Amino acid sequence: MRFDATYQDRTYKSVGTRPVRPDGVDKVTGRARYGADFNMPGQLVGRILRSPHAHARIGSIDTARAEALKGVKAVVTADDLPDLSNGDQAHHDLLDNCMARSTAFYDGHAVAAVAAVDARTARQALKLIEVSYEVLPHVVDVDEAMLPSAPVLHDTIFTDGVDPRPTTSSNVAARSEFGHGDVDAGLAAADVIVERSFKTEQTHQGYIEPHACVASVNSDGTAELWVCTQGHFVYRQKCADLLGMDVSKLRVTSSEIGGGFGGKTHVWMEPVALALSRKAGRPVKLVMSREEVFRASGPTSATSIDVIIGARHDGTITAASAELRYSCGPYAELWAELGAMTSFACYDLQNVKTVGYEVLVNRPKTAAYRAPSAPMAAFAVESVVDELAQKLGMDPIAFRIKNAAREGTRSSYGPVYGPIGIRPTLDAAQAHPHMHAPLGPNKGRGMACGFWFNFGGQTCTDLNVNADGTVTLAVGTVDVGGSRASLSLVAAEELGIPYEHVRAVVADTATLGYNDMTDGSRGTFSSSMATISASRNAIEVMRSRAAMMWDIPVEEVIWEDGHAKAIGASYGNLAPLSVREIAEASGKTGGPIAGHSEMVADGAGVSFATHICDVEVDPETGSTRILRYTVIQDAGKAVHPDYVEGQYQGGAAQGIGWALNEEYVYGADGRLQNPGFLDYRIPVCSDLPMIDTQILEIPNPSHPYGVRGVGETSIVPPLAAIANAVSNAVGVRMTHIPMSPPRILAALDARTKG
Amino acid sequence: MSGLAVSATINGDEVEYLCQAEETLLDVLRNRLGLTGAKEGCGTGDCGACSVVLDGKLVCSCLVLGAEVQGATVETIEGMAKGDTLHPLQTKFLEHAALQCGICTPGFLMAAKALLDANPDPTEEEIRFGLAGNLCRCTGYDKIVRAVQAAALEINGG
Repeated sequence: MRFDATYQDRTYKSVGTRPVRPDGVDKVTGRARYGADFNMPGQLVGRILRSPHAHARIGSIDTARAEALKGVKAVVTADDLPDLSNGDQAHHDLLDNCMARSTAFYDGHAVAAVAAVDARTARQALKLIEVSYEVLPHVVDVDEAMLPSAPVLHDTIFTDGVDPRPTTSSNVAARSEFGHGDVDAGLAAADVIVERSFKTEQTHQGYIEPHACVASVNSDGTAELWVCTQGHFVYRQKCADLLGMDVSKLRVTSSEIGGGFGGKTHVWMEPVALALSRKAGRPVKLVMSREEVFRASGPTSATSIDVIIGARHDGTITAASAELRYSCGPYAELWAELGAMTSFACYDLQNVKTVGYEVLVNRPKTAAYRAPSAPMAAFAVESVVDELAQKLGMDPIAFRIKNAAREGTRSSYGPVYGPIGIRPTLDAAQAHPHMHAPLGPNKGRGMACGFWFNFGGQTCTDLNVNADGTVTLAVGTVDVGGSRASLSLVAAEELGIPYEHVRAVVADTATLGYNDMTDGSRGTFSSSMATISASRNAIEVMRSRAAMMWDIPVEEVIWEDGHAKAIGASYGNLAPLSVREIAEASGKTGGPIAGHSEMVADGAGVSFATHICDVEVDPETGSTRILRYTVIQDAGKAVHPDYVEGQYQGGAAQGIGWALNEEYVYGADGRLQNPGFLDYRIPVCSDLPMIDTQILEIPNPSHPYGVRGVGETSIVPPLAAIANAVSNAVGVRMTHIPMSPPRILAALDARTKG
Repeated sequence: MSGLAVSATINGDEVEYLCQAEETLLDVLRNRLGLTGAKEGCGTGDCGACSVVLDGKLVCSCLVLGAEVQGATVETIEGMAKGDTLHPLQTKFLEHAALQCGICTPGFLMAAKALLDANPDPTEEEIRFGLAGNLCRCTGYDKIVRAVQAAALEINGG
């Protein structure tokens, strides 16, 4: 039976309810096991030595004294992680980031690692490793890195995507371009044009759980890895590639994960843990400190963005263009390209062009952070859209509604949209009491829209019907925020059984087929589609078993309300068979009952949100307080509304931190000055108000229940919404994120002097 | 290698352990006593994930040395439920979906319990400031505050 993934309107019994999550009790009693909560017999403690320099050539590494220290069982350097990339640049870069080879490219870059019998010995051993560095000139600012005078990180980089190919190497790894129409002609037809430049500083995902793993390599070449990750199958593949192992010999178990937000989609130290274990012949536990998390994992791009938009007096946008420069850390990636794709995705534009530049700097390798690259682009674009509305004398929502993308719009990045939710979110915002509440002095209101693609991808799920009629659902997408509850609801819905009869677990890499990561807001979208497919396959099996039990043709058995029912007048006295009754008889009707599903979950519907924010700015201190915050977002179909709201609220809170406080601060020496939660300040409970949410449900036509991903879009509008609110409060257009008190005071000062 | 001998009462049980001078209470709980409910999010007292109650006071166990606990009474998340019966805060955290990843949850529960023990009927502002020493990166705190409000109501017989 071919799986039909198209949307069908229906009445739900389980989907849309809010039961307690299956992993909940473990998490409120301290029993849930996260990355650092697991141990193995004979386990050693690993520690990593990191470069104190932003950019330095590594002369020699003398590990003899460390190796001689009593209790040290292994020391590894790049020599123990040979380059097997064979021309694959991405493979090489990943390996180089895990362990620097000839050059340390940022403060915190790993240069060696030890495994010892305890933490004290491991710390002592690190001090005994002697590294000779030749310090090189460094660059950490994205604009400075593009200057011809900037120190070049790699003399092998010649900007991709430029014809003809440049003759000199630079830090600009690639140029990308999107759009359609004629921007110059569109601008010529505009009555009003706004052009501005913006900057955003680098932020970290800030997951509360530092990276942690336990690696165990056996003498026969088999290995196990326990790790906090958003994608254990991907970690297995990357680690096997980097270490030259057979994929089948490495079994990866994903622990409970203490937050990831994109930061746990990349391997950082797991290959090093495996290399240490391989060399020591014992299991090795490797846990990052918070300082290491900040210095050597994560952050998002710092950006510099120019935007120009023109419109006619009637509010029609005639042309829009943006140039986006995104820092990538030391290795080429596609962060600016994602920014260029998302910039104008909310709008229906005749003439649009975006150009992205991937810029290499002496900062940690940029990692995905929730809707990666979109919040910064939205900040720049939605700020200009707001200013343009003001210049046109139009209401900011009415202006956006006039230009909003709709079904059939050719998006700025190429595809033509199906049914989408941008207009409904704007209509809901316009009608929301928040937009009409009065504001006092020093207060301002802002709103902004956001877009994210949403991903689908490879997904594999097993559903096993147990002998008592309960169901075990094995999924391969890591549960980052309640997806086991959502997927249990979906299985219960399909099978027609109570939610409490379904138990969802995240299976390890040895017990289930490959799954892509929980990223791109794909976890519930793709695994629910696979769960529906697996459930329907199990129902087919149960129908045939019922037919066998009744000795009637399977075509005359239907599945309804959790029971097999015989249709036809002649079967009037056959009582329906429950899942339990069918399962109890399974030993006599063909053995265990299961449904499997393997698929590429296509058709993740794009997602839109509109946020409204009120702020109060203290003119004496420059401090901003969020007074009220409203999130309106299309979920397609909210499977477990509590966790949909949670995604909306969490993304908004992260965006608030990014907009007002969070930034990487580098000294003149290129060293990170604030690698801790005291100086890198994320929002605390007393910083925030309640975050109101409104879930809209515009069904995704490519999912049986209409589900869209919901995890990421919520971080896209806040930077712009808050910047618009602050700009309205202080009467100065804010163009640099975060809008920390010194930046706001400087803006107020400039206004006074200006 | 010499260790320091320590006797303490942890979740009502008398416990003895050896630890090194530099080991924190958090290290001891997690690595020597198998009580991994307290988490190390920062190791610098900034995130509250390691919150425990020491002689009646809420502390970050990463800022207390294991050796300091001699003769003291320690309460951790593992002792919050009484047998099979969850504390109302634990129940309300579940009912209100006040956790996503859950890594901060043990610390929040310990801090919330300390808050309600001292102030059984807190205002929203008192809850927000009472929990300001605990970082959560997933929820935006909304559902956590609501769960604490609901627990307070239940404890007060509302």
